[in-house]
Amino acid sequence: MTAPAIECRGVSKRFGHVLANDSVDLRVERGSIHGVIGENGAGKSTLMAILHGFHPADSGQILVDGNPAVIRDSADAARLGIEMVHQHFMLVEPFTVLENVMLGAEGGALLAEGTAHARQNLLRLGRDYGLVVDPDARIADLPVGARQRVEILKALHRGAEVLILDEPTGVLTPQEADDLFRVLRALRDEGKAVILITHKLREVMAVTDRVSVMRAGRMVAHRETAETTAAELGELMIGRRPAASSRPIPATPGPALLHVDDLRVRDNAGVERVRGVTFALHAGEILGLAGVAGNGQTELLEALSGMRAPEAGAITLRGQNIAGLDAAQIRRRGVAHVPEDRLRHGLVAEFEAQDSAILGYHRDPAWRRVLGLFSRSRVNAHAARLMRDHDVRPAAPRLRSSLFSGGNQQKLIMARELERAPEVLLVGQPTRGVDIGGIEAIHTRLRRWRDAGKAVLLVSVELDEILALSDRILVMFDGRLSGELPAGAADERQLGLLMAGAHA
Amino acid sequence: MSLRPLPRWADLVLLPVLNLVLALLVSAIVVVAAGQSPAAALQALLVGSFGSWDSVGFTLFYATDMAFAGLAVAIAFKCGLFNIGAEGQAALGGLGLALVMLWLDASLPAGIVVPLAILAGAGFGAAWGAVPGWLQARRGSHVVITTIMFNFIAASLMVYLLVNVLIEPGNMAPETRRFAVGLSPLSDFGFPGRSPVNLALPLALVAALAVWVLVWRTPWGYGLRVVGSNPDAADYAGIDQGRRIVAAMAISGALAAGIAVNQILGSQDKLILNFTGGAGFTGIAVALMGRNHPVGVLLAALLFGALAQGGAELAFEMPELPRETVLVVQGLVILFTGALGGLLRAPLARLFAARA
Amino acid sequence: MEALLDTIAPILAATLRVATPLILAALAGLFAERSGVVDVGLEGKMLAGAFAAAATATVTGSVWYGLGAAIGAASLLALLHAFACVTLRGNQVVSGMAINVLAAGLTATLALAWFRQGGQTPALPADARFPALPLPGAEWIAEIPLLGRLLVTVIGGHTAPVYIAFALVPVAAFLLWRTRFGLRLRACGENPAAVDSAGISVAKLRYAGVLIAGVLCGMAGATISTAQGAAFSTDMTAGRGFIALAALIVAKWRPWPVLWTCLAFGLLDALAIRLQGVPVFGVTVPVQAMQAVPYVLTVVLLAGFVGRAIPPRAAGVPYVKER
Repeated sequence: MTAPAIECRGVSKRFGHVLANDSVDLRVERGSIHGVIGENGAGKSTLMAILHGFHPADSGQILVDGNPAVIRDSADAARLGIEMVHQHFMLVEPFTVLENVMLGAEGGALLAEGTAHARQNLLRLGRDYGLVVDPDARIADLPVGARQRVEILKALHRGAEVLILDEPTGVLTPQEADDLFRVLRALRDEGKAVILITHKLREVMAVTDRVSVMRAGRMVAHRETAETTAAELGELMIGRRPAASSRPIPATPGPALLHVDDLRVRDNAGVERVRGVTFALHAGEILGLAGVAGNGQTELLEALSGMRAPEAGAITLRGQNIAGLDAAQIRRRGVAHVPEDRLRHGLVAEFEAQDSAILGYHRDPAWRRVLGLFSRSRVNAHAARLMRDHDVRPAAPRLRSSLFSGGNQQKLIMARELERAPEVLLVGQPTRGVDIGGIEAIHTRLRRWRDAGKAVLLVSVELDEILALSDRILVMFDGRLSGELPAGAADERQLGLLMAGAHA
Repeated sequence: MSLRPLPRWADLVLLPVLNLVLALLVSAIVVVAAGQSPAAALQALLVGSFGSWDSVGFTLFYATDMAFAGLAVAIAFKCGLFNIGAEGQAALGGLGLALVMLWLDASLPAGIVVPLAILAGAGFGAAWGAVPGWLQARRGSHVVITTIMFNFIAASLMVYLLVNVLIEPGNMAPETRRFAVGLSPLSDFGFPGRSPVNLALPLALVAALAVWVLVWRTPWGYGLRVVGSNPDAADYAGIDQGRRIVAAMAISGALAAGIAVNQILGSQDKLILNFTGGAGFTGIAVALMGRNHPVGVLLAALLFGALAQGGAELAFEMPELPRETVLVVQGLVILFTGALGGLLRAPLARLFAARA
Repeated sequence: MEALLDTIAPILAATLRVATPLILAALAGLFAERSGVVDVGLEGKMLAGAFAAAATATVTGSVWYGLGAAIGAASLLALLHAFACVTLRGNQVVSGMAINVLAAGLTATLALAWFRQGGQTPALPADARFPALPLPGAEWIAEIPLLGRLLVTVIGGHTAPVYIAFALVPVAAFLLWRTRFGLRLRACGENPAAVDSAGISVAKLRYAGVLIAGVLCGMAGATISTAQGAAFSTDMTAGRGFIALAALIVAKWRPWPVLWTCLAFGLLDALAIRLQGVPVFGVTVPVQAMQAVPYVLTVVLLAGFVGRAIPPRAAGVPYVKER
């Protein structure tokens, strides 16, 4: 048997306190499509970044075709024939397909020298692998699926023997995804090694020959695809977990406060990310919205909170349609929002904590006195009280917001949003980047809020968190709700399948 | 790993002072290259700017220009905008107030016509600033380039109007007739010495206070700072970015018109060409060095006012050095505090980290 | 007919002369901004070049040494700009403005100190300036009926920089659109991450773009003080750097349109001088209105009211590797 195209032996990588890759082994054979699956943060992207030369491994060995290889940067990787198709395309939009393909592989100081060759090669590759793109089209004019074909052509033109694709179907329609799979099979049949990073079990089952499962930085299993099932992979991906430390007290849901009806939302690039979502949120419940990142949860939350105008559909709060109102108007109607990305949206990094503590509520007369001007002492006292009540450390209102730990920033945002006793609380990724102690405090806070009869919508990519807190669970996949489960009946296997787009 | 930021005092005092020292040191090299003694030049600068009540008065007169210009640039910066158009906004401000003066100075008492003229000047300046602001907010045209272009358009407009329309009949120079009244010089209120420093100086102080209150003490100004520091957070908080941008540029333009108040109403008593003397550009240095805070801007304005006055005296005392020599200092201050900001900050941060 | 040609010919000849430094400076901005570095410091670099050229030509008596010194001085400032913008990732506009102010101060100070003539350099003798070059075969061309004399007057008798500037337009077009270097440089100005992921250094390319801008600004400055003029005087570039910037924007960052735009701006300038107070079709167009056209046009195009000038997408943004 020939040496594998790529072999990793005991590869480890640490970022600060996080061991992103913990002694990872991986063998990828030529002429195969190899799936690497895992939840968000399982370490897939780190491993691929190491293979592609984005950052070096701390320890371990990488062999290419059986020979030990040193990969310091993407130029090294390219010399070894390792190319990557990034989730966010690395294309120059005003350039033509041909120019993009030639960038970095021009074939001489004058473009004329390489152009004819590149054009021919492009046509040949297009024929061989069904990668049909007009070489003279401008990227800006191409749809997403075609752009991805250009990325693959670029890699092949540069002589890729190993092709890594990072979540390639995230931006594709199902038809485009099927086209992509045909291309990948053709590449395999030509003897290339294809590594497919994904979290979608359907894809893994449909297109791969072998699959490796990562969890929490480790490689937990290798399987022949033909010998496994989606169910087994889902279980391996999620793993056996300790039972949630405190099961929610059975809630007594009240009337529905917020109705979402056939909501559709587009992202900045114009892609429809929420594709017809309908649900109701009741008083006295925590409604968990589970799903792998990038399936439309972010845009849904942005639409509900007024940061993004929905394309179509209705958001009804106590009988009144609030779709299309801005964030300030929605906040005034009693909907508070703990945003997913706290540094980007939740606070202003260079503001003092006390100023971040009034973000969104800065028009409130409570901290204004003479002539409606801010009273620093009131702003300060308000922040000090929030910090004391919510155990924000250090309790220093004048410290710059960016200098608090993630957990304490989150506690401060949470404190600010709960302060007005909102009827509806929208929470995104409340414990991302928060240490264990902080997580407990935040969870307790959310449960108490529910117990006080308020409605909480919890969006999280952490299954543990969803299971530990939710009274009812919705699963979102590809812009739609793929299932609903009551908390008691929720089983991890079933959830994993719904999250991966398989039908339970 | 990102270093901990500098202690507050180091950030606000030590760093600007070090940058100034660095700028002066490099300028000293230029003076040596010009075959002159840096020590003598420094002395001439200091004596020229603070050596007598006359020079102090002139220093404060120029500092008034710098304060208005610095505040104009600073409030735009606070909203995340780089207003290079203070020159043009000041010129239009001069036009606005001159029109009111020419129209009404004979018919209304000074106590009414002068404030009216100031308002008109501010309004013209605001309009000349608001248009690039609107183009940025609604059409995405970068405010840096549009304000540069607006400076030149303003310059052409002013030349045309002064040469063809507003010129005093019979006068060869492109300037209007003298106004009947103006802003009183501070010497009327007992300020010693002979200098053009006038009531525009207290007006600049009031403007600084107003900027401080507006930006740091009102919800509106809070929104302005959020837009400038983190536009995404502005969306989250429901703050309309576009409206803040237009308003910030309008206020910036109105503040720039303060230069016209000081020069035209306070000293020249007639509209002339190029009365700003580049103060609009110096405002960039003032704002950068003053860390975009009104107190810092006032201190930096005093420094640059002294440089402007001292530079003129320097050219007089040392005929081998032109008054443009102070531009070297100015350019270097912009360079060190603005573009090369990382040069001193990182080593300084390491120094503090090692000590802590 | 003859009389009309005799009126038009000198105007067209002046147009070429006036356009020359604009073309050089606009091409300078083209290279810098195509690489992703905004350059509002064209003016300062030109001014430094103008001074260095006149000073060196005065001292050495050689206009070519002067040109070399101009290129050197402007390139030093460009290097400073690149260091601030690429290495330190500083604010590109602030750096450009600083260079403008610094150059204004430096040139005035050194001019006065070194030559003691009130901020001017001594008037250069004819052999220390760029001479007017005769058009080869001028006598023969002049024989062509009607057009002959026009051609000789318009394209003949210019100085070397005029011809160099016009020759550099196709060179720039070739370099940017037909070579590996150009492809990479333009990619840098649009999406540096794509360049980086192809294993190419973004920093090196941006340094190259900014330095080429320095060289071209030096040439533009030398043209002003040693071809058009015969000495350096304080602030002698008089905003041409900004007109060049305007031309670059109106030309939508492309070399051939840069040429046409600079010629149009040059024609406006040449006309403005000659048409002062002269009615055209019964209307006297104010000279200032003609001078303002480039700036108004730039704003209109930037705002997208008539066509739209879209700058290189990554221009003005320091490149930081993600994660």
